[in-house]
Amino acid sequence: MAADEQVTLLDTWASSIGMRVRIALAEKGVKYEFIEQDLWNKSGLLLQMNPVHKKIPVLVHNGKPVCESLVIVQYIDEVWKDKAPLLPSDPYQRAQSRFWADFVDKKIYEHGRKIMTTKVEDQEAAGKKDFIDTLKLMEGELGDKPYFGGETLGYVDVALLPYCCWFYTYENILNFSLEADCPKLNAYCKRCLQKESVSKSLEDPKKIYDFALKLRKKLGVE
Amino acid sequence: MAEVKLYGFWPSPFSHRIIWALKLKGVEYEYIEEDLSNKSESLLKYNPVYKKTPVLVHGDKPIAESLVILEYIEETWPENPLLPKDPYERAMARFWIQYGVDTTAALGAFYHGRGEELEKAAKELLESLKILEEQGLGDKKFFGGESMNLVDISYGALGYLLAAVEEVKGVKVLEPSTLPRLHAWAKNLEELPVVKENMPAYDKLLAFVTGSMNRLAKN
Repeated sequence: MAADEQVTLLDTWASSIGMRVRIALAEKGVKYEFIEQDLWNKSGLLLQMNPVHKKIPVLVHNGKPVCESLVIVQYIDEVWKDKAPLLPSDPYQRAQSRFWADFVDKKIYEHGRKIMTTKVEDQEAAGKKDFIDTLKLMEGELGDKPYFGGETLGYVDVALLPYCCWFYTYENILNFSLEADCPKLNAYCKRCLQKESVSKSLEDPKKIYDFALKLRKKLGVE
Repeated sequence: MAEVKLYGFWPSPFSHRIIWALKLKGVEYEYIEEDLSNKSESLLKYNPVYKKTPVLVHGDKPIAESLVILEYIEETWPENPLLPKDPYERAMARFWIQYGVDTTAALGAFYHGRGEELEKAAKELLESLKILEEQGLGDKKFFGGESMNLVDISYGALGYLLAAVEEVKGVKVLEPSTLPRLHAWAKNLEELPVVKENMPAYDKLLAFVTGSMNRLAKN
């Protein structure tokens, strides 16, 4: 990276979508400044860098902001293209990667938000089974590959891996066991956490659960 | 060159997006109309996850989700580029395409809304479109500048489809008085031959939206 290059990440430590950006930057070996945001009291910097959504994550590269986690990951992949490519080079394989990353957004990220804002006793009605079925579908898509990206970490892995530190929280709120219901996905998480780019970007699952409980209390669902 | 097939649904702007992109790239394709109340074996085979249109099949390889298909078309047929070359500009284009996902949801709420909910949905859609107009479109003729690009393609529904929904609901959102630049953009988009010649006839679409809304009201 050029000596005068400035990379800043506006993020919150527990954010699953912020973690995507952290993994991507780590895979590429990009040095950056992490600025923790208070979403209950948004900073002038955040409002200036993401005036449309006022949300994290925001990547600021040489003063220019990029918003939306998967847009940021694609940007990182294109700018730092000489190391650890995240998207494959073949257009059809790229389309499959985009499809499954979008699936993670639609089915896991969105449901994750629902889980967080729903009381424990209402989780069954709110689609607990669908959520577990979604995880099983991801398992099927992984198959026997070490990563969704094949032999190396790819775009879909970057989209999904943050949940590896959130699964403990979901297991407790939904009352299910990832190891029992989705053993392959469980093994995948353990395997990926061996990689420094992943372990350094994710947070301790128990700290996440503690955070989740506090947030749920604040939202009135716990 | 392997053959290209598009499984679509005639009133759906998600299908129109793909038609416009293929036409802009000069790609020959076979269009297969799907009856969504009686989905074909092919559709279920090619899109087992969502079972929806549009699905593009290139050779024997299926691609689902319209925005994913658009990026595939852009990369497979690079002539007449529909995304900027510069990574930052591409990220901005993708940001606004992604913003459209929220706009689609707001349009859906407007379509489903009744009474007070309709008023609230109309207000939220207007606010969403104001941001799009001010920060996305600005003073440009198209999101792509002088000519349409993937961002314009992704917002196609704001023209003819929104107009039909406004007419059925009896509430206007996109007007010259409220959203002058976006309103002008929609008119300019529909003047382009590729859009004009590849959108459903308005009265046919209106009848479809009316019928669809009546069916919803009965349930």
